[in-house]
Amino acid sequence: MALDVAFWILAVVSVASALAVVFLKDVFRVALFLVLCFFTVAGIYVTLNADFLAAVQVLVYVGAVGILLIFAILFTRDAQHGSLFNRLKYPALLFAVVLLGTMIYSMTATDWSVTLGAKAHVPIADLQPGGTGLTGSLGAALFNEDGFLLPVEIAGLMLLAAVLGGIVIMRDKDK
Amino acid sequence: MSVGLEHYLVLASVLFCIGVYGALTKRNAVVILMCIELMLNAVNIALVAFSRYLVPDVVLISGQVFVIFVLVVAAAEATVGLAIIMAIYRNRRSVDPKDNDLMKG
Repeated sequence: MALDVAFWILAVVSVASALAVVFLKDVFRVALFLVLCFFTVAGIYVTLNADFLAAVQVLVYVGAVGILLIFAILFTRDAQHGSLFNRLKYPALLFAVVLLGTMIYSMTATDWSVTLGAKAHVPIADLQPGGTGLTGSLGAALFNEDGFLLPVEIAGLMLLAAVLGGIVIMRDKDK
Repeated sequence: MSVGLEHYLVLASVLFCIGVYGALTKRNAVVILMCIELMLNAVNIALVAFSRYLVPDVVLISGQVFVIFVLVVAAAEATVGLAIIMAIYRNRRSVDPKDNDLMKG
């Protein structure tokens, strides 16, 4: 099946680029592999019927966060001597492997089945090729009064606070 | 065996643990921030997979709504985190967390 093939290709590429993020020495290449990982995650969203999230992933992560990280690397270039490991290299590897084993065991051993109840949902059969996908339902869930309207407003306020905080922290105080 | 919820959850776990390992072991604050973004992405994959596969043949909307909020928080976190790194770099000429332990007891 085409979706299965797409999943396996995207999964292999995303894990390989994530490993490159951790193990490469050159910080600039690390940033580029992180951008590749963000791209493959957007592809994984597409295989999960999350088309709007895939677009947002490319816009926000690949576009904004990727550029921001590359700017930060270029600004701090003369302070860094590549992306090195600290003395926790092997203890942390053991910890990460144990954590991975625990997570995979608990995720495969859990019975995830739930009843649908009154949760907002869209049947897969309603998603026609060439239609608008899930975007309309997502917008309705976000902006309805009985949906997530208050969290959306709080998120906007938090973004404003982050912008102001970034400006205040970065400002050169001598001038 | 066709791809199902477990496959996506295992992929998310692998990406999350790679991110944890990088965040614990790196000596460059910018790379640590990148690894944190990697962990947030892994969590997002798990959330979208739950929204798609938790109930068969139905997409639950709230999982995707949570992903949007995680995206917003991740963008804010990247902005403020990088601003802090740049401020520290300007004052102390180093992005190694080991050199910046003024608040250590």
